Parts: sequence; C-alpha cells; structure tokens
Amino acid sequence: MTDASTVFELVRRLTVEELTAQGLDAPAEIGPDTRLFGKDGLLDSMALVSLVMSLEQEIAEQFGAEIALADDKALSQKHSPFRTVGSLVAYANGEIEAARGQ
Amino acid sequence: MGNEAPVTLITGARKGIGRFLAERLLARGERVAGISRTPSDLRHDDYLHFECDVADEKAMRSAIQSIRRRFGRLDNLVNNAGIASMNHALLTPASTVEQVLRTNVVGAFIAARESAKVMRQGGGGRIVNFTTVAVPLALEGEAAYVASKAAVESLTRVLARELGPFGIRVNAVGPTPVETDLIRAVPKEKIDALLARQVLPRMGTPEDVARVVDFFLSPASDFVTGQVIYLGGVR
Repeated sequence: MTDASTVFELVRRLTVEELTAQGLDAPAEIGPDTRLFGKDGLLDSMALVSLVMSLEQEIAEQFGAEIALADDKALSQKHSPFRTVGSLVAYANGEIEAARGQ
Repeated sequence: MGNEAPVTLITGARKGIGRFLAERLLARGERVAGISRTPSDLRHDDYLHFECDVADEKAMRSAIQSIRRRFGRLDNLVNNAGIASMNHALLTPASTVEQVLRTNVVGAFIAARESAKVMRQGGGGRIVNFTTVAVPLALEGEAAYVASKAAVESLTRVLARELGPFGIRVNAVGPTPVETDLIRAVPKEKIDALLARQVLPRMGTPEDVARVVDFFLSPASDFVTGQVIYLGGVR
C-alpha cells in the first residue's frame, strides 16, 4: 500500500543517511518544507543524485514500482522538483501512481 | 546464494562480438545477462536473456531490475549493441540517421544509466562502450554511424567523470572491421581501403576485441577510466 506518509518516511530516512555518510549532522526535524537542494538546501548535487537513486531503489523494493525519478530540471537551483522533501515526495508519489496505472 | 562470480550485462548478445563475449565469460564461470531484440539460442545455467530494444527505456529498466533480482548484483556492462548504416550522406534518409542514433547513443545511454544504478549499490562497476576506428579515420560513407560513435566516445568521457564518484569506471573499445553481420554488406574494396589506413592492416577478430574488454573489466585496471582504445594502431 502506497501512501504519501510512507514515501515521506523513506525520504526522511534516506536524507539522514546521506548526510551521515557525508559526516554531516542531520537537522533535528525534517518536514515537508525542509529544503533538500538549491538555496539553503541540505545536499549538494552529488548527494542529491545519491538520495534520488536510493529512493528509486527503495520504491522498487517496497512498492514493486519501477520508476525513474528523472527530470530535466532535477539540478535547477530554482525549479528542481527535488528542491524540498515535500516536492520530492509528491513527485515520487505521482510516478508510483503512474506506474501502477499502466 | 553465495555465488560471488561477477555478473556482466552484454547488449547485442545474440550474435557477433556480443555472443562471443558472453560465451567467453560463461566459460570462465562468470554470470551473464544478454539483451537483444530477438530470442537467443544460448543456453546456460548462468545465462539470462532479455528480448528488448536497448532504446526502450521502460523495457530496459525492467530488464536491469530483473537482473538485480536474479543475481543480486551487476558488476559490468558491455554496451555492444549497435547498428550501422553504410551510405553516402546525400543518399541517407533522416529516418536512418534517427534509427542509428537511437540504438547507438540513446540505447547506450539508457543501458549505462540503469546499470549504474545497480552497480552503485554494489559499491562500483565497470562499463565498456563500443566505438570504432571509423571515428578517428573520419571514414567516408558512414556519416550517421561515425557521428553516433563519436557521441558514444563523448558519453564515455563524461560518464567516467559523473560515475567515478560511485566507483564506476567507463571506457570504450574501438574495433577495426571484424567479420560480423555489421559489415557483411560492405564491399571488399571498401574494407581493403579501410584496412590500408590501419597501422596493422588486417581484419580484427572477436578475440582481439575481447582482450581489450578484459583489460577494462579487470579489477586490476581500477585507475583506468574515460579512455578509448582503438585496435590496429589507429589513433
């Protein structure tokens, strides 16, 4: 069963893992408005790539949905769909629904 | 369970150099997944075949995830699938150019991208792309093919940089003409003229190509990435 809260939990956990792997402290609270990338974002572009790849993989394993979180604006400082935790969750959920609808 | 033999994905594995490489790796006790548009008659316990077009993004994603589920890992990608078009540019339809770019460039890109995702999880991997001596020789009569392979060389260099941080090395081998279906339709005079431009003027063999692939795939070559090696002394 997919729901936004499960994907949110995944993104939250993977973000913490990514920061820890870089030797950085994760913020005490990570919510939908937490900025992942761009101005005041937690991650640099490599860490974002790594997070998105891990998320794709977890979604494939947990939901059986093989999706590609690829977007031309992925690394745009202003318009990346991965700019905040909330926007990444919404994007991933849309792709999961699309994969299921096929 | 417990099988630590490397897993290699070979595109265009049904015949020619791809088939040769698949059998060679299997003979060494390694595990191989092959992709081609039509069925393969290669039967082996450690061989898994997928019928799909390398430029079909969705089918490729599904195939590569199946490889991950079956073998639990992916160590190597040999991006061998390719099509050629031998024709004068003035007589080449745009649809042919699109077809050649789609298989040779888009297909190689998708295979590399999806494979790298699985390799990254295993801590690294190796990708070998296929170019041709026709690129440095700027061979006339193959504009679309040569342009597509020049793109593959650029892709090799950029991917080497982008995937390096994930422990993935990306290199390319550039064979001379090898006796396969790809060149069967080319007149003998054309092949002879091409061979005359090589430092070592003979046809290549699948074995010649395989040795360079071995070098790139070897864990001992872990400081080699972003390189293109041509056969026959061409540069």
